[in-house]
Amino acid sequence: MSLAFAYVSITSALLSGLLSMVMGARPFLLKTVSFTLLGLCGVFAIAGGGVALLTGAIETDQFILGLPWVAWTLRLDPLSGFFFVIVGLVTVAVALYGPGYIREYEHGKQPLCVLGLFTGLFVAGMLLVLLADGAFAFMVAWELMSLASYFLVAYQHQHAANRRAAYLYLLMAHIGGLAILLGFGVLAGAGGDFTFAAMRARELSPAWASVAFGLALLGFGMKAGLVPLHAWLPEAHPVAPAHISALMSGVMLKMAVYGLIRFTFDLLGDIQWEWGLTVLILGSASALLGVLYALMQNDLKRLLAYSSVENIGIIFMGLGLSMIFLGTGNKVLGVLGLIAALYHSLNHALFKGLLFLGAGAVLQRSHEHDLERMGGLIHRMPFTAALFLVGCISISGLPPFNGFVSEWLTFQTALQVPALESGVLRTVIPFTAAVLALTVALAAACFVKAYGVGFLGQARTRHVRHAREVDRGMLGGQGLLAVLCVFFGVLPTITIDWLGQIPQMLLQATLPSATAQGWLWLTPISPTVASYAAPLVLLAILFAWGAGYLLLHPRRRRTPIRRGIPWECGFGPLSNRMQYTSTAFAQPIRRVFRPVWRVDEQVAETTDPAQPLRVTGIRHQLQIGDRSWPALYEPIARWVLGAARRVGRIQTGSIRTYLAYSFFTLLALLWLVT
Amino acid sequence: MAGDLTGWLLALLQTLLFIGSAPLLTGWVKVVKCRLQNRAAPSVLQPYRDLRKLFRKEVVLAANASWIFRSSPYILLGAMVLAAAVVPLIAVHLPTAVIADVIVLVGFFALGRFFLALAGMDIGTAFGGMGSSREMSISSLTEPAMLMAVFTLAMTASTTNLETVVQYILDQGLVLRPSFVFAILAVMMVAVAETGRIPIDNPATHLELTMIHEAMVLEYSGRHLALIEWAAQIKLMIYGVLVANIFFPWGIATQATAATLLVGILAIAAKLALLGIVLAISETLVAKMRLFQVPRFLSIAFLLALLSMLSHVILETGG
Repeated sequence: MSLAFAYVSITSALLSGLLSMVMGARPFLLKTVSFTLLGLCGVFAIAGGGVALLTGAIETDQFILGLPWVAWTLRLDPLSGFFFVIVGLVTVAVALYGPGYIREYEHGKQPLCVLGLFTGLFVAGMLLVLLADGAFAFMVAWELMSLASYFLVAYQHQHAANRRAAYLYLLMAHIGGLAILLGFGVLAGAGGDFTFAAMRARELSPAWASVAFGLALLGFGMKAGLVPLHAWLPEAHPVAPAHISALMSGVMLKMAVYGLIRFTFDLLGDIQWEWGLTVLILGSASALLGVLYALMQNDLKRLLAYSSVENIGIIFMGLGLSMIFLGTGNKVLGVLGLIAALYHSLNHALFKGLLFLGAGAVLQRSHEHDLERMGGLIHRMPFTAALFLVGCISISGLPPFNGFVSEWLTFQTALQVPALESGVLRTVIPFTAAVLALTVALAAACFVKAYGVGFLGQARTRHVRHAREVDRGMLGGQGLLAVLCVFFGVLPTITIDWLGQIPQMLLQATLPSATAQGWLWLTPISPTVASYAAPLVLLAILFAWGAGYLLLHPRRRRTPIRRGIPWECGFGPLSNRMQYTSTAFAQPIRRVFRPVWRVDEQVAETTDPAQPLRVTGIRHQLQIGDRSWPALYEPIARWVLGAARRVGRIQTGSIRTYLAYSFFTLLALLWLVT
Repeated sequence: MAGDLTGWLLALLQTLLFIGSAPLLTGWVKVVKCRLQNRAAPSVLQPYRDLRKLFRKEVVLAANASWIFRSSPYILLGAMVLAAAVVPLIAVHLPTAVIADVIVLVGFFALGRFFLALAGMDIGTAFGGMGSSREMSISSLTEPAMLMAVFTLAMTASTTNLETVVQYILDQGLVLRPSFVFAILAVMMVAVAETGRIPIDNPATHLELTMIHEAMVLEYSGRHLALIEWAAQIKLMIYGVLVANIFFPWGIATQATAATLLVGILAIAAKLALLGIVLAISETLVAKMRLFQVPRFLSIAFLLALLSMLSHVILETGG
């Protein structure tokens, strides 16, 4: 049943792509048909994944494609079902949003049909990754996903920056893909059976298992954007069209999370706590650095991309904690960490999708992506502003929205360290919890900045001043995600109940205590250890609000509320340039955490030649760069170039030399074989 | 898990008492501070009079204020009332205490602050943005210190529910734990920063360039301002009660009888009065620091919290 839904879903995604190729000349038909099919794909993905997730049924099938000796087996189990739901939810939102959004590209330089084709292939690729039950099928689907998204990143290739970003993305995706392939190679071993079933059955020695894990972490970490492998992410995600950015940041990064969970929890089996510690430390570093870099961005989509690095870090922290607890024999706590990570994956897909769609709406209506040139959009685009606010509250981890629940669960997992023997772990884990606390607080600052500078205050440019609200479809796409953000924030107990089949399948354990007190109370370990009643929190805030409004609002007075001019210190009217800018907002934090960034700040004063003490103008320049470039990428790039130059010396261009090379290589190989 | 009806009623009464007496604490601190500085003190009830005055006054909104600006005071007060409801004031074992644990409590503070900071940026004046930027920067440094200190408690009592922590410390009796000494210092430093007292911020000043909290709420008037002031007073009281009842919980009512509740009220009143005197003394002795010294102050708070965690792990669990 679930697999049948999955087939329908993948077929509609492929059809959506192929049909848009056919209908390239008719934009209206293209939009209607391709996005309807994409929506259908999303709905069936939710249905198929939902059935698998809720019933815990595992369905397998043999696909007709594939080679005689490496069959393509497909399998839909609760884990892939859960990620199917994530893909489905964001795809439905994108399908609602897309027709209105791509109107902007109708008269652009690039044909729409290309966008439609690769969107369909991209979604189909992600779904196939989830279905694959063998390394071969997995890698083919993984490459389909990576390549399709490369073309989407490079869609507006007239800008040199986009081409550069796309190339960087392609390069990193392939290095990562290579690492994953090698990881699977270690798992498959000399026997060479590439089905997951054979890999599950194999027992690896701890050393080889660590090698396989290291390769998988490198490969999936690169795709997920873990620090320091994140450099491609803030370049590639912002340059794609907004609905593609939503899919990439919201969903594609989760494929890497899925891959790591599948590889480690399912295929490798015996988890060692040292792996968990590595993942935890990498996750904390990503979370903190991601949010610090996000804070310094003035480009809204770039800010959101860096914030994805942060959220991936939080997900990996949950995974790392889970692996530490599993490696030390605390199964229930391992389940808790896994659930926290899965919950945050879902939440991040929802709110990051929502925020990217919101950023796209702003971009479409005001042609601005720079926060410093926005402002006051809440008056011009009230609905988009309200929905964007929901996303901002959720991503800042504020109760009672969804981001808070998963972060709370991560905190709760981290606080269960007294169950561990090692004193070092007992010290390191609370410290990472403090890093998480810092991250969450900085994320709140970051999104106050994004929302406050972008949507509040006064408009800073003419386009922004005349922006209009987007159409119903685009609002519907954002609205769907916003409603889900609230839903998963207010009903965490039900959600965790739904997730229960995943740990049951992977670890043969569940978290019965979390839902033992009824749907109202979330008690991960036991009621005396920690409890959170999200519905009551929402109810109480609404009650306090309502009571305050009813008691205090002067309903008897008919006259409307008086409006006055704001305080301007007696210097005459305020101009929109007097507002705090995005750079100014982040300045105190830039000062506190200065060594984190590569800051290049220059102040040049021009003085009056007649009166040298009189300053006539001040020019301030601020460049904030990513430290991972000079520290990691540039040395590697230089080394590769140098090596290539050295290797290049043997290429003389003369055919005789090449023949000699072939001859000696052949000899060497023959000698090796015998 | 939810208690019976008397429990809920008692919890409601406790919350009302909490938010009702919050201005009294602010008034008390002001009186003690005036006495210490040889000034004539206003009545202890002055904050109530100020609130009454503000509630009666007309609201004047800035021309381009949006709905964020108008609803933020209500959300802020709602978050603070909710936070007050989960903190044990005079009795433990109340049903409201399990709605949220201490991490959610920090989340409530963050929620209120988030909206207040947005409201500061809503008008588009330089002051509002300045206040929001400073508030968010400072709070992002206080929050980890606060949570780290709280985690030490949570690991000692193996719970994050406040009332279970209180019950645990009551059961243990008076034990001197080095981790608690560090934790209490950290929480007190955080409390000073979070409630905008000297040396971080001066609640009495309107000196434009040094303001943090006042800069954000500069455009508010009438009942909106009253709500914000009241919320700030509740926040001060919550931090006071946290320090008083978590580290020194003796006197808090463990059964719901009239006598124990009366003892509970008297005990918390005495503890808060004492804490108010400590706050007034420290505000009299210390000068306000420059804004860019604040991170140093807060990093000391974080360091203390970290020490508290380390001493817990090393000394108290024998790991």
